[in-house]
Amino acid sequence: MSGSRLLAAIILIAILIAVPAILPPYFLHLAIQILIWSFIYTAWALMGRFGFVSFGHGAFLGVGAYVPALLWNFYGLTPWIGIPLGVAAAVLLAALVGYPCFRRRVVGHYFALVTLALSQVVLLSLVAARDVTGGSLGFTQKAVGHSWYALQFPEKGYFYAISVLLWLAGLAIWRWIDRGIGREALDAISEDEDAAASIGIDVMRAKMGVTIISAGLTALGGAIYGQYVMYLNPETVAGIAVSLQIVFAAIAGGVYSLLGPSVGALLTLSLTESLRVWFGTNFIGAANTIYGILLVLCIIFMPQGIVGALQRLRLPRRGPIKPAVAEPHSATRRPSSAAQ
Amino acid sequence: MDIYLLEAIINGILLGGVLALLALGLNLIFGVIDVVWICYADIVMCGMYAIYFLAQYGVPLPLACVIAIIGIAGLGVLVHLLIIAPVLHSPPLNQLLATGGLLFFLQSFATLLFGTDFRNIGVRLPVLEVATMYLSFARLIAFAVSLIGAVALYLFLKRTYIGTAIRAIAQDREIVGLMGIDDRRIYLVVSAVGGALAGLAACLLALQYDVHPFIGNTFGPVIFMICVLGGLGNMIGGFVASFVISQIIAIGGYYGSTELSYVFAFTFFIVLMLIRPRGLFAP
Repeated sequence: MSGSRLLAAIILIAILIAVPAILPPYFLHLAIQILIWSFIYTAWALMGRFGFVSFGHGAFLGVGAYVPALLWNFYGLTPWIGIPLGVAAAVLLAALVGYPCFRRRVVGHYFALVTLALSQVVLLSLVAARDVTGGSLGFTQKAVGHSWYALQFPEKGYFYAISVLLWLAGLAIWRWIDRGIGREALDAISEDEDAAASIGIDVMRAKMGVTIISAGLTALGGAIYGQYVMYLNPETVAGIAVSLQIVFAAIAGGVYSLLGPSVGALLTLSLTESLRVWFGTNFIGAANTIYGILLVLCIIFMPQGIVGALQRLRLPRRGPIKPAVAEPHSATRRPSSAAQ
Repeated sequence: MDIYLLEAIINGILLGGVLALLALGLNLIFGVIDVVWICYADIVMCGMYAIYFLAQYGVPLPLACVIAIIGIAGLGVLVHLLIIAPVLHSPPLNQLLATGGLLFFLQSFATLLFGTDFRNIGVRLPVLEVATMYLSFARLIAFAVSLIGAVALYLFLKRTYIGTAIRAIAQDREIVGLMGIDDRRIYLVVSAVGGALAGLAACLLALQYDVHPFIGNTFGPVIFMICVLGGLGNMIGGFVASFVISQIIAIGGYYGSTELSYVFAFTFFIVLMLIRPRGLFAP
């Protein structure tokens, strides 16, 4: 880490600390949302960057948000226990679907569509259990004012601090996986599973590991989001729409770089908000129309995402953003993949 | 047997017909162009709006249907030229995402233009009473027309020169070029036929359902599930899978609620995918 990067990090932290003091409440609210969603998109990118494109993160988000909220409302159980239970439930769900998927080699399109169905199952179950969850009308947590026990803070400053910490933790985990030995294994798997297995990589373990971490973090993000907005609706925290939103924002920002998903969150959320303010309520849908066009253009012209494209501009000789497998591996890899 | 259960089963078969038509269109596009149009159901939604507005302006319904089918076929060609062609050689997931962006666009653009109101073309078809069961005439028509559409597609693929070329390209993409077939032209024809099938489905659905910008979300996931179950690109598999899924939805709806029936269907799909990852009818 060079001096200039350290300086940049210090400036960033100073800005983050100064934000709640300077920003008016509306923008603070926006900042909290951007940070929480950045965390969720980063969690998705943990899988997405290795080519495991999941449309099922809406399911994990929904489970993570609903479990602590329901436990709180019906049993008065503190979110300090409820949130870990929600995360555990999401991890269990991810393992339940992920394990056979990986074992049976459900990849690519098929993986995307199986996980898409998973989002739909969670969404429709939440709607069907309308006696408990309020169905599509949504559901409000019992408010008790300022309380650490209930993890409810009417004052936005607290949630700002929580979401900053959450976001930084997400980045740290991203970096930990990026720097770890697992990352090279996963890169190898995403290029050629058989070849990776043939050089002694435990394919199942690597895939399950990253899936479980990704699902668990997504559920945690959903829980914090639920505690913050204090209103849950199946359409906004579960289902295909949310899954697509996660996938698109992460890809638009770029899944191969640390800050890519966060840039995706910043851009998509500020775009949606400013278009909403700009057009008002007279043109419902205008914001998403422009959003949709941008998404298509982004995928056609910048498949590496915005941050990826910028990195390419800055480092033209770096070649493909996605790094190849490490040298000693590739020597054994070539013949085995040619033999297929 | 319980008469209501029988009614549910028959309605399931009738629903299966329309789903089969949609699955055929999607499978045709996937089998030939090798791209999943995740926005397929939203293209159907465009067709339903076209019929609704044509009917509003006094165009007779059969003519409106013909115009809608031609219009949606044109839309299919446009989708191919504007969105699929530039990403034809990208990784499959980028293609999936590009059509996903189109899904966002179509839904929001429809909301922008028409608002979120539920609109009905206002054609009331009689309900038949057969042995104390109520069967909607609109559904019977939809079932019959879907089957005719499926047979017509079969004849088109089997009996015409261009149909043969389409089947050839689905079998071996590399070789057909050597046989003097222009694959770009075939892709356009396939997109048009896929669009026309979506337009036909729109005509049949407009008779039964109100149109609104998000109606695609009701059918879209189910159609994908059917295509994947039948084996993506496998038209006969998709045809059979439509009736399997529609029965699960119909019978599930009889025992539980509508949402639960879809939960059953999706769970069945996930479980089957894990048992038979390449579809129900894979060798």
